[in-house]
This record gives sequence, structure tokens and C-alpha cells, in this order.
Amino acid sequence: MFDALSERFERLGSSLRSRGRLSDADLDEALQEVRSALLEADVELGVVRAFLDAVRERLSGEALNQSLSPGQQVIKAVHEQLVEVLGGSPLKVTYASRPPTVVLLAGLQGAGKTTAAAKLALWFKQQGRQPYLIAADLQRPAAVEQLRVLAGQIGVDVFSEPSDPVDVARKGLAEATRLGRDVVIIDTAGRLSIDEALMREVRDISDATSPHYTFLVIDAVTGQDAVFTARSFHETLELSGIIVTKLDYDARGGAVLSARGVVGRPVVFASTGEKLADFDLFHPDRMASRILGMGDVMTLIEQAERTMDASVVAESAGRMMSGTFTLDDFMAQLNQVRKMGSLGGLMKLMPGVTKEMRNAASNVDDGELNKIEAIIRSMTPRERGEPSVIDGSRRTRIARGSGTTVNAVNQLLKQFAEMRKMMKQMSGGGMPNLPGGMGRMAGLAARASAQRSEQLPPGFEALGAGMSAGGPVARGGGGKNKKKKGGRVTPPKQR
Amino acid sequence: MIVALIVMAVLVLVGAAVLVRRRRRAVPMLAPVAREAMPEVLVAEVAQRPVLVDETQFLESRLGSSRSIFDRVRTISSIGSLSQDQLDTVEEVLLRSDVGVATTAAILDDLRENGAPDGVAAAVRDALLASLGADRSVTTTAEPGRVPVWLFVGVNGVGKTTTIGKLAQRHVSEGRSVVLAAGDTFRAAASEQLQQWADRTGADIVRAAEGADPGSVVHDALGRAAARGADIVLADTAGRRANSTNLLDELSKIRRVADRDPGQVVETFMVLDATTGQNALSQAREFLAAASVTGIVLTKLDGTARGGIVVAIERELAIPVKFVGVGEGVGDLIVFDPKAFVDSLLDA
Ligand SMILES: Nc1nc2c(ncn2[C@@H]2O[C@H](COP(=O)(O)OP(=O)(O)O)[C@@H](O)[C@H]2O)c(=O)[nH]1
Ligand SMILES: [Mg+2]
Repeated sequence: MFDALSERFERLGSSLRSRGRLSDADLDEALQEVRSALLEADVELGVVRAFLDAVRERLSGEALNQSLSPGQQVIKAVHEQLVEVLGGSPLKVTYASRPPTVVLLAGLQGAGKTTAAAKLALWFKQQGRQPYLIAADLQRPAAVEQLRVLAGQIGVDVFSEPSDPVDVARKGLAEATRLGRDVVIIDTAGRLSIDEALMREVRDISDATSPHYTFLVIDAVTGQDAVFTARSFHETLELSGIIVTKLDYDARGGAVLSARGVVGRPVVFASTGEKLADFDLFHPDRMASRILGMGDVMTLIEQAERTMDASVVAESAGRMMSGTFTLDDFMAQLNQVRKMGSLGGLMKLMPGVTKEMRNAASNVDDGELNKIEAIIRSMTPRERGEPSVIDGSRRTRIARGSGTTVNAVNQLLKQFAEMRKMMKQMSGGGMPNLPGGMGRMAGLAARASAQRSEQLPPGFEALGAGMSAGGPVARGGGGKNKKKKGGRVTPPKQR
Repeated sequence: MIVALIVMAVLVLVGAAVLVRRRRRAVPMLAPVAREAMPEVLVAEVAQRPVLVDETQFLESRLGSSRSIFDRVRTISSIGSLSQDQLDTVEEVLLRSDVGVATTAAILDDLRENGAPDGVAAAVRDALLASLGADRSVTTTAEPGRVPVWLFVGVNGVGKTTTIGKLAQRHVSEGRSVVLAAGDTFRAAASEQLQQWADRTGADIVRAAEGADPGSVVHDALGRAAARGADIVLADTAGRRANSTNLLDELSKIRRVADRDPGQVVETFMVLDATTGQNALSQAREFLAAASVTGIVLTKLDGTARGGIVVAIERELAIPVKFVGVGEGVGDLIVFDPKAFVDSLLDA
């Protein structure tokens, strides 16, 4: 998908390049490509149109930036507009002065409300709160039971009874107050926005509990219908925000933009996996890159900075560049990377990774990584520093020592040798010949990282490359894209 | 040991990124810019879907309608080629129904080529119906001595379990004895949910504890069905994302177990939520490869979504839609009718 948009721009590139500044015709053509990309990402048609108008305005209002190629200028405008529409920065959740803070979840059938309720409870718990769950989905068979099981896993209590959803919500809230819980999360049945009776019911639940936050739970794979659903729920419930689920699917997630676009409320949380901990505040800038299909280099780098031991990384990265990388370095790095999370998850953040690579990475489990470690541990320090000394008999010994096969040892050594070669190439300025376009990615990651405080958002240079006027692009003083701070939305209503 | 290669690739990337980042640290940061105001609603009024057919009837009731479709065609153009305006309208209708950019473009090409001798609506209907020409028959019998199995696959929350409940009802009312296999051992209370459908429909059920091996649940259900001479097994599976080879491999394994004597998988249904956008195509591709999908059950067509992506799926992958879900009740399942479906796509 990433390739889809960048390739499109590349096709346009030659004509844009030859002129050096953007004519109306160029812009039309470029925006046409953006339109297709957005539609393929499931952004709703009306939202796409309004979006393109806004981008056009942004570009025509702005004096042409001398330091950017026309293509980069378009991309930058598209990204900025995406970030703006998605909401400049994550919502800061504030709490009611008179607890409990009440959170109501609503949405279509199968959107993932019940799981989101449990995940949200865990999230609040991690914020030092004492959440309480109300299971008011009495519609779907075993929905209450599902919430009870999930809540049990995170040690949160659930209120429910087989009566009527409005009663359940009211009684549950009273119970939470009695128990002194400070956050109450109400799970409701899935409902269609055109089902008047059920929409009235959720309205009644809302009236009976006066929630401080009402979130629409929406599935990341949703298509054009997202706007209709979001608007109907907003009209009925006055949403305070959106929770997007199933972001671990390979969908581009344009529905997020659609929903955000029509209700004008921020996307607050994102659910990214089956585990209850796979849930966090939503990052608009990252979603913008995703909708455009550009991976998420910033998250990757932040994750690296947060979890990795900087000195270890810097040291071995230095040796990496100088081509003196050893198996010890490899193991040290491996341990650092493992701290960051699953390889599959990391690969997902990288732009331009082929699906095969991604799938392969998501299949790497701890067992296999342990095997690699075992092999390296079975080597002598000398062998680790100088793998070329490892002959046949040493290989047999290492295989035996690590409980693996000679074949596995051979492969590891072969690949390590290849990797060393690639690193040398890379430090020599050339792009390494990694499989599956990884070389391009490595360069991309490095450049994106370097660009952070400059004019272009992460990952954008590659996109713009096809359109750039050739030669290095001079970059003026930046700071424009620096993270915007603050951003609290809709203070809780007083109850 | 592709593993090692991946690990190394990740290392190269992360290492390079971090290294460059560190070097850049020295660059002085400019003062943060004050946050702009929250953007207003981007589109206040979402344009209504334009209409190509002039009646707003419910899909279900239309099924019973005996009137010729062509009676109900609003003739936008007379004979001949289509104007750009008309093509734009058609494009909008199709895009808003999730048919997708590529398939829509292909249909527009057809229209440009063939013109609209009987009006735009009829021409679009013909073009869509031409994409929906697959064989939709379902198989309920297996080789002699084996138990036919219908296997249900799909991503989370699309309606697999509910569909099984509805189909169990259908089989039972057609005089077949049914065994349900609660193969979703992953999601909390999933087998409890299927149990309730078993109770409701009078089907037999085999279930196991959460976390049990789904293959062995299916295996046990087959044993039960064979021993009791049941007519069919409906096997549920856990929802899984279609971009995980691990999960798809697990699914292939379940399918192999279900297809082993005494079982024989005669249908594998991918359940698809009509609200799904373009991702449905990659879902279909992956599940087809992993589980040899023979048909689609398109659920939640009682909502506002059109499910137009199935047009793209049938055109590209030739997987026919066989059933349609139109509600949460046990009777809310109908056999897919391309004409009624196309009408509802073109209808506002
Ligand atoms: N409105 C409507 N809801 C449906 C339909 N099919 C399933 N559902 C609902 O969708 C939700 C998810 O269904 P479920 O069978 O649990 O999905 P699974 O995770 O794929 O097994 C439940 O709330 C169902 O009641 C349908 O055709 N129409
Ligand atoms: Mg299920």
C-alpha cells in the first residue's frame, strides 16, 4: 500500500520534476492520486472531497516553499491536513471532581466493545484508578459472561443482572458509587444506527447514567459506512470521542478519518491486538502515516529509545557501521530488540516492508530466538569475536552444546556473514543489499529519524523522492512539525 | 532460520535509526508552536448516496417481489453513450457502496464501452450482475460413510457464531440432525455463546474448555456425529486476523482435521461483515489460501452498509456469496440473491 502511493507519485514525478514548481494542472493530477489512495484506505467519499479541498487551500494559501520539491510540498500538506483532522494530539483524559467518572461505550455489532471495555478498565487501572465494569449487553448470547471472564483476568469487578439494560446501568452505577470506585465503564449491546428502538435504549442508558465520556467503538476495517454510523451515534449520544479497534489488522484504517471527520471529536484510544494490554492512547500523526500507507517510524524509534539501553545500542551500532560487528554485539542487540516487543509488532511499524517479511516476522516466537541465543552462547568468546575460526568440528560441538543442529549453526553463521557484509556496504554510503527492499527501508528509517525536527514528516522523503527536483533537497530551519503539546478535549460534564 | 535474517534486518534498521537520531540530538530545538484549535467537523452534511433505482425497499421484502426489475428502472439516459455526469454519479454510487476504486473503474470502462441502451441503472445493474455470475449452490452431503462438515472462518466479530446458530436452525427445520463444534476456544465465553444457540435450535454441541485445541474439538464433534449418525457438523472457529501466518496455519490445521475420515469438509464459509471496506479483499485472499473457502456469508446487511466489496471479491477471486445475514434473530438468514443485492447497491 505504501508502494501504491509512492509509486503513483513516482509516475507523476517526471512531469513535476521538470517544472520545479506546482501548476494547477500538476496539483490536480497529484490530488487525483491522493484521492485514490484515500479511497483505497476506506476514507469516505464525502470526507475525501472535503479533505482534498482543504489540502488545495493549504497549498494555494501557502507561499511556495523554496526548499521543498513540488511533490514533497503536496505530501507535506496532505500529511499535515491528515494530522489536523485526526486531532493534533492525544486527548488527555481528566476525571470528574465527584467520582465516579462514567464512561459509556456504544457501537455496531461486532465492533469490539466488550473487549475494549475490559482493555479500557485495565488502562484505567494502570493509571492508578479503581475501575468498575457494567455489562449492559443483554442482547448477544454470553456477552455478560465474556466480560466477566475478561474482567477476571485483570481483577476488575463486573456488575450485571438479567433484567433490562437501563436498569442494569443505573444499578451498576449506584453499586460503583457505594463501593467507592472512581471509574465506571458501561458496555452496551451492539446496535445498528437505524434500529430506532435500540438507539432509544442506548439514549436511555445515557440519560440514566449521565456519562462524562461517551465513546463510539469503531472497527478499523470499516468501509464507507463509518460516517453514517458515526453521525447517527453522535446525534443520539453526543459522543466525546472514538475508540478504534483491530488496528493490528492490515487495514489502512481510513474509517478513523471518516468518523473523525463527521463528528469532529477526537479518536482517543486505539486497540491493537488480542491481548488486553494491547490498548493505548491514539496517536494522530501515526495514524496519518498509516492511512497513507507509510509505516510508523516514529513509534519504532520512540519505542527503541524508551526500552533500549542507549549505550549498548550506540556502542554496537558504531561497530556495525565500522564493520567490526561481532556475535557478541549481535546478541547484545538482540536482547535490546527483544525488550521492545515482538518482532512482528516491530515490523509492522516499518515502512515498505513486504508482506512476506511481515508474516515471517510475526511468526518468530521466543523459542526460535532462544535457539539463536543458545547457539551463540555455546561458542567460545574467541569464536564469537571471530566467527571465521569456526570450522566443522567446532560447528558440531556448538550444535551439540546448544541442543540444535549443525544445519542451524551453519545458517546462522552464513546469515551473520551476509549481514556483516551489508553493514559494511551501508557504512560505505551504499545501500545494503537486503532482501525485500529492506535496504531501502534502512535508509528510510535513518532518514526519517534524521528529519524529525525538519520540514517533512517521517517517512515522507521516500515518497517525495520520486518527485524531487534531483540532488539533495536543502532544508530550511524547521520546528514546524514538532510535537504539539497539550490537547485536552471536552472537559467532563459536571453531573 | 529466516529468523536470524529478520532479527538482523530489524537490528540494522533500529540501529541505523537510533544512531542517526543521536547524532541529530545536537540540533537545537525551536520553541514548540502553540497548538492549533481543534478542527471543526470536516463534513457537516455527508452527501446522501445518489439513487440509481427509484425505490427504497428493504432487501428482504424485495426478495419476495415478483415485479420485473426493469419496470423499476429509472431511466436517466435514453439510448446511447453516457455523459460524464452520469458516469460520475455511477462512480459515486459504487464507491459509496464499498465496491472499491479498481472494480468501480472496471465497471465504468464497461459502461463507456457498452453504453446504456436501457438507461443507466439497467446498464449498471447488468455490469454488476455480470460480475456476480458464480455458482451458488451449497453442498450438504458427503461421500458415503462420511459426515459432511461446514467450516466457518473469518476475522473477529463478523458473525460466525451467530451465522452457525441461524444455519443450525435451517438444517434442523429441513430435517437434518446437526452437531455444532465449538471450535472457538480462544475468545472468552465463545463456546458458551454457541451453547446458547444449540439450546435454541435443538442442535447437539461438542465443546471444550477455553484454551483447548480447536482441532480436537472438531475431531470430537466428528466422532460424536459419526456415532450418532448425525447429518452434518457445523464447525465454529476463533476470529483471527488475516495477516498472521501463524493464525492462518492453525486454521489450515483445523481444516485438515475436519476433512479427515469420518469428516469431509463440503463447504468452508468465510463470514464477512457488510460494513467491511477494502480490507475484505485481503481477508478473502488469505482465507481462501489457508482454508480453501467455498463461499461467503455476508452478514449485517440489515444495517446501512452495502457490502459492495463482495463484487470485487467475486470478480477477482471468484468466491461466491451464498448466504446473507439480515439480523440477530435465528431466522435472519437468507439465500443470497444477486439481483436483490444489486438493487440494494444502486438504491439509496
Ligand atoms: N444486525 C446484525 N447483527 C449481526 C448479524 N450477524 C451477527 N450479528 C451480531 O454481530 C455480533 C458478533 O457476532 P458473533 O457471531 O459473535 O461474531 P463472531 O465473533 O464472528 O463469532 C453479535 O452481536 C451478533 O449478534 C446480522 O446479520 N445482522
Ligand atoms: Mg464467535
